[in-house]
Amino acid sequence: MIEAIGRRAVSAIEAVGRVGHFLMDMVRALPDVRTWARPAIVQMRRIGVDSIPVTLFIAAFTGVVLALQASYTFTGTVPLYFVGTLVGKTMMLELGPVLAGLALAGRVGASMAAELGTMKVTEQVDALETLAYDPHAYLVVPRVLAGTVMFPMIIAFAIATGIVTGWLTSLVLLDLSTPDFLKGLKLFYRFKDTWFGLLKSSSFGFTITFVGCMVGLSTRGGAEGVGKSTTRAVVYSAVLILLLDAFWAVVLL
Amino acid sequence: MIEFQDVHKAFGSKSVLDGLSLKIRDGETLVIIGFSGTGKSVALKHIVGLLHPDSGDVIVDGQAVGALDREGLTAVRQGIGYVFQFAALFDSLTVAENVALGLRRRGLADEEIEDRVREALALVDLSGTDERMPAELSGGMRKRVGIARAIALRPRYILYDEPTTGLDPVTSAVIDRLMVRTREHLGVTGVVVTHDMRSAYTVGDRIAMLYEGRIRQVGTVAEIQETEDPVVRQFIEGRPE
Repeated sequence: MIEAIGRRAVSAIEAVGRVGHFLMDMVRALPDVRTWARPAIVQMRRIGVDSIPVTLFIAAFTGVVLALQASYTFTGTVPLYFVGTLVGKTMMLELGPVLAGLALAGRVGASMAAELGTMKVTEQVDALETLAYDPHAYLVVPRVLAGTVMFPMIIAFAIATGIVTGWLTSLVLLDLSTPDFLKGLKLFYRFKDTWFGLLKSSSFGFTITFVGCMVGLSTRGGAEGVGKSTTRAVVYSAVLILLLDAFWAVVLL
Repeated sequence: MIEFQDVHKAFGSKSVLDGLSLKIRDGETLVIIGFSGTGKSVALKHIVGLLHPDSGDVIVDGQAVGALDREGLTAVRQGIGYVFQFAALFDSLTVAENVALGLRRRGLADEEIEDRVREALALVDLSGTDERMPAELSGGMRKRVGIARAIALRPRYILYDEPTTGLDPVTSAVIDRLMVRTREHLGVTGVVVTHDMRSAYTVGDRIAMLYEGRIRQVGTVAEIQETEDPVVRQFIEGRPE
């Protein structure tokens, strides 16, 4: 039993070492702007523009449900204009970033792990190295940079969409006027609500793309290995998003 | 010149290279033959620093590859073209972009890159395929694009990893002819890893047999064909026992 615990401890320390090593390789590749600049633009389009439909879809329905649940909870006890408060605060601080982050962990993280995993097992990564490219500069930096920069933008759209659908729901289904909804929305608003949500989104973007790249590039075996990497990337990203969510709440709120 | 000096390499408990020593002379094409899983591709990967020896050295132009820093390794790699077993073309790039990728890394002007890509594709008889994607190509065409990508760099050395594996006899002969043509046109030193003896006899100046992690015999094509060594004879004749 002690041996098993020891083995697990060693394996955990090794995993932390691998993450640190991968991070260092990525940081070392940052000055090689000539290599990563062009692929970074491609990745920003892929991560940013292509992720908007799924993110907005989720946000739209979240806004509707939030408004209805708030009304259900508040009716008879709290003035209904607090529906605006709850929709705004929840979308900005929590559900906008976290739900979109979880959805994008599936979409972006899985696709990165699968793409890089396939490149790895078909020797495309080796081919890059023989062409004198640093795979971290050509493959990892553009993706992580694109994720870190584009996630706050996508999630800003998602938050706005959730608030708009929450407002429309209040207007159509809850008999709440626009001025009342806006009154609630503004009531406890602080600028921190905005930057907190966006900072969190950025950290999710970094995490999802970093994990997708790292897991993808450590793929071994053939199609089975790629499948395992894809699953692993989604699971690790989802867990890390929830841990980061709690971390930012403890540190910044 | 490329030289393996007593190279040992193991993966876990499995020893793959066990004291490999071999010299590849400038201007020659040396073919490394051997049974599947004897470490031929592993040896090739040591030359470009994709793998590092557990002990021993791989020397390229007087420099031990394993001891080079990142810049030194990049400089060595810029003098070597590598043709992968399954071509390893980048799926998301067109044929022309694949061939141009290594040239962009060297910071060449766009016009020169275009000229070199056109020239390399013409040399492998693939003119006009510039805008096609790798998925649209046959196995033989993919290998030819892989060769074009290597020769476009105008390297001093070209390493071919199983260039004819999985191809029909006619396409294999086309690839063999291309390797010969590449050496004649560009005067590069070649290292070919294969177990296709017809290909080895066609393209090789010398043949080295890798067996149990070290060189069993090295010699000219004629010397190998007339060898008395039972292991080498069994291999080149393709006898099961």
